[in-house]
Amino acid sequence: MTKFYKTISDIAGPLMVVEGVEGVGYEEVAEIELTDGSKRRGRVLEVSGDRAVVQIFEESRGLAVDNAKVRFTGKPMELGVSDDMLGRVFDGAGSPKDGLPAPIASKKLNINGSPLNPYSRDFPNDFIQTGISTIDGLNTLVRGQKLPIFSGSGLPHSEVVAQIARQAKVVRVDGKSEGDFAVVFAAMGITFEESEYFINQFRQTGAIERSTLFVNLADDPVIERITLPRLALTAAEYLAYEKGMHVLVILTDLTNYCEALREVSAARKEIPGRRGYPGYLYTDLSTIYERAGRIKGRPGSITQIPVLTMPEDDKTHPIPDLTGYITEGQIMMSRDLYRKGIYPPVDVLPSLSRLKDKGIGEGKTREDHSGILNQLFAAYASGKEAKELAVILGEAALSDVDKKYARFAEAFEDQFIRQGADEDRSILETLTIGWKLLSILPKSELKRLKPEYIEKYMKQII
Amino acid sequence: MNTKTGTIKKVSGPLVEASGMENAKLYDVVKVSDKRLVGEIIELHGDVASIQVYEDTAGLMPGDPVSTTGMPLSVELGPGLLGSIYDGVQRPLPGIAESSNSPFIERGVEVPALDRGKKWQFKSVVSSGDIVSPGDPLGEVQETDLFKHQIMIPPGIFGKVEKIESGSFTVTEPIAVVGGKEISMMQVWPIREPRPVKEKLVSVEPLISGQRVIDAFFPVAKGGTACVPGPFGSGKTVVQHQLAKWSDADIIVFIGCGERGNEMTDVLLEFPELKDPKTGRPLMERTILIANTSNMPVAAREASVYTGITIAEYFRDMGYNVALMADSTSRWAEALREMSGRLEEMPGEEGYPAYLGSRTASFYERAGYVRCLGTEDRTGSLTVIGAVSPPGGDLSEPVTQNTLRVVKVFWGLEAQLAYRRHFPAINWLNSYSLYLDEIGKFMVQNAGDDWRDVRIKAMEILQEESKLQEIVRLVGIEALSEKEQLTLETAKSIREDFLQQNAFDDVDTYSSVRKMYLLLKAIITMHRLSEGALDKGVNLKEIPTDLKEKIARAKFVPEEKLGELEELIKNMSNGFNFKN
Repeated sequence: MTKFYKTISDIAGPLMVVEGVEGVGYEEVAEIELTDGSKRRGRVLEVSGDRAVVQIFEESRGLAVDNAKVRFTGKPMELGVSDDMLGRVFDGAGSPKDGLPAPIASKKLNINGSPLNPYSRDFPNDFIQTGISTIDGLNTLVRGQKLPIFSGSGLPHSEVVAQIARQAKVVRVDGKSEGDFAVVFAAMGITFEESEYFINQFRQTGAIERSTLFVNLADDPVIERITLPRLALTAAEYLAYEKGMHVLVILTDLTNYCEALREVSAARKEIPGRRGYPGYLYTDLSTIYERAGRIKGRPGSITQIPVLTMPEDDKTHPIPDLTGYITEGQIMMSRDLYRKGIYPPVDVLPSLSRLKDKGIGEGKTREDHSGILNQLFAAYASGKEAKELAVILGEAALSDVDKKYARFAEAFEDQFIRQGADEDRSILETLTIGWKLLSILPKSELKRLKPEYIEKYMKQII
Repeated sequence: MNTKTGTIKKVSGPLVEASGMENAKLYDVVKVSDKRLVGEIIELHGDVASIQVYEDTAGLMPGDPVSTTGMPLSVELGPGLLGSIYDGVQRPLPGIAESSNSPFIERGVEVPALDRGKKWQFKSVVSSGDIVSPGDPLGEVQETDLFKHQIMIPPGIFGKVEKIESGSFTVTEPIAVVGGKEISMMQVWPIREPRPVKEKLVSVEPLISGQRVIDAFFPVAKGGTACVPGPFGSGKTVVQHQLAKWSDADIIVFIGCGERGNEMTDVLLEFPELKDPKTGRPLMERTILIANTSNMPVAAREASVYTGITIAEYFRDMGYNVALMADSTSRWAEALREMSGRLEEMPGEEGYPAYLGSRTASFYERAGYVRCLGTEDRTGSLTVIGAVSPPGGDLSEPVTQNTLRVVKVFWGLEAQLAYRRHFPAINWLNSYSLYLDEIGKFMVQNAGDDWRDVRIKAMEILQEESKLQEIVRLVGIEALSEKEQLTLETAKSIREDFLQQNAFDDVDTYSSVRKMYLLLKAIITMHRLSEGALDKGVNLKEIPTDLKEKIARAKFVPEEKLGELEELIKNMSNGFNFKN
């Protein structure tokens, strides 16, 4: 017998307190029915004696203490999953948004998932070729990695992500075919235009049939942004670990997610951590990011590319900062490069892929990859320093070697970083450009490359 | 055992409040609800207990039963620890995977930390009638080919050995009777209580890490404490992994506290493949891993550092040198903060609880070079190296500051160095070690007679470089004298040919003390010879470059060919035959 409670005592922002409840569990889903027949949903955040604090997913506008009744479902929030989710669009509550009926679920899964046992994980080590030199060559992405894009407002991160989604493929040396791939796209609080841009991109390339979209636009309920990435990842886990697909999950924009979290935290009057974000922001973000990976003995994988816009381009802001501590590297966007008209404006020096060493080298890309990567990084860093020096003292004050470094940095930005939005460079092309650029420098400066590689590859390009 | 049952009153995240807990003691372990989730009492108000639960609390509700076990949170110590991988409350992760038959960690899984079925070959070293006291070895188990696991009398047991047997036993079967008490190979010890020692001593030996910047400039003593703060991407984890791989401790305890799952998997897959440079055995055989990744329950993260250090102390008590790495202690502090917030305690700085400082200090104080318990005179050491992840790389934040107050070595990692791919990205100007005097003698004996002199000269050159660079930035390199330019060149050589060390290169990843000395000696000899030449009026440009190239390649000379380096240093002056 389901019990309806008409004992709502407080409503404040996204929170509601129900009194006199019995047998209500933490994290349980609540259904709220208004007298006009409309329904809303919520989740239990705290139970204390006979008092339950419920977080309402949709708008709390129009809700009054005496016009609604609440039913507790006895279950945590679940998502019905099936193959038919591919090619469909859903909202932050998991309901279809494309006007079609909901797909028939083959099973229901708790959207919070369970932590993956580190012992059961398989290490990500398949190189993914994105066709973007700054990523493939210097910050290599591998299957099962979580590699966020740290961007700023007004920078072309959407174009870069769309290009990755279009071009990403696994190039295997033995030429064997790879399993199915799928894209799960989670949009949190982005604008209609941005969302349409992605949907059109997927449509043009035909990827839409292999994609599941979860969309919460800027004017949709804020609180749904908290459940949306979990819905998306639950769908992704199903596709990856039960259906053996290689799933690329794109999450945009995490900044909106964190703001929603802060809103709930403030409404609960919790003690705030840095900049008003809750103290558990790190733990909370990790339950999203750590759902990337591979499992031993199962063919599929989840690769995550979360996008976040850094407020005021500040990398030390809690959102990018905590993200960087969880994810396996980051791709930084640079406003300077963007102003210079360079696309993709990847800020090479602070970008990093922690798993790159597992995906490169002989048998994966090429034997000289690691050496050339380190040499390009070091040379570009020296080149940028030389250029800064030249600004203060004038070009003439530079030593001969420094002048060459400065020239290298220019050429590197122009030829290596810059590429077309449709240019799909193979990893070999990327490495060749790298060698060409390094030939600008005297051989004695190439300390990070093994002499035999210099012998072998430098000859090929001159 | 007295098992009194209480009932849940309130559930808020990992914190549960239960009433009717009159008999419970602070820090007792409790089992929450029918799912029997493990929790620990962290506060008592009358009969109401605040409990931090080590597993996900979804679905718990007021009215669910809570029963206390009457025991504080403890670890099991005995043969079978080596090579294990545990979660924050010492549940073996392979065991969890097996018993739940799922790659995910389900709730309420109970797996004993030590395998109850496995038989170990126990060889007694005492006989009936001997008088023994705590810490005395009763016998030993050859746990791996090289490692002898000593079975010691647990603290608190004295008297005459009434019965003792050698043979094949499981960890819980009795092997001896001492002072009327049966003893098995397994000991149980509460994690929040330091294991007793006879006395603490001052250490005179460094923990050799095989990492040049650490061993040469900022060494940590065996039994010492060190911290590695750095913003993300500056290579904290690689430094910790390198220490776990190459440092010359007998036992390594590695705590992955709130870090990435894939990183732990990396360790799990890589360590069994790597060989210990001293013994040639797989590194995993001397390693114990505690893995509590960031998405695993937050309360277990708080416990994980204590679980790890108690296991480390147990091996120290056998007279071994143990090194413990905690990556990262900031996540532990954040777990404290999260629980403190839920308890509605008055927050200190940045929301951290006011007791953060005292908890940090008492954790690091469990390190030390000690005289172990027992009649026989034995020494053991426990070195603690904690990584700190300061938000935004800002070292003024509470966790870093509280840590710096207690540790004696500081390896400051810097993002700027990491961007230039200078690894390990330890800043040589602001890092420090307070153990230099204590271990000076050891270094002279093991590196070379003039070690102190070479080291000080190298530091001087690096200090000088930072001053000169300021000038260069203002007026250009032309303004410097030839000698000053030489200093810049040598400093560059120290940075690139000595300090930089590639963790992913087969040869460069580990550098013995001797090799480290020879490399630095070569650079300094080159510097001194060049200085002499400049004094004689030779131009800087005339100084032979082939020697410089040889020095640049010197770090790739394998350990067994160190003679080449000695040759290089000996013959260096031949390159300086200038005619004036």
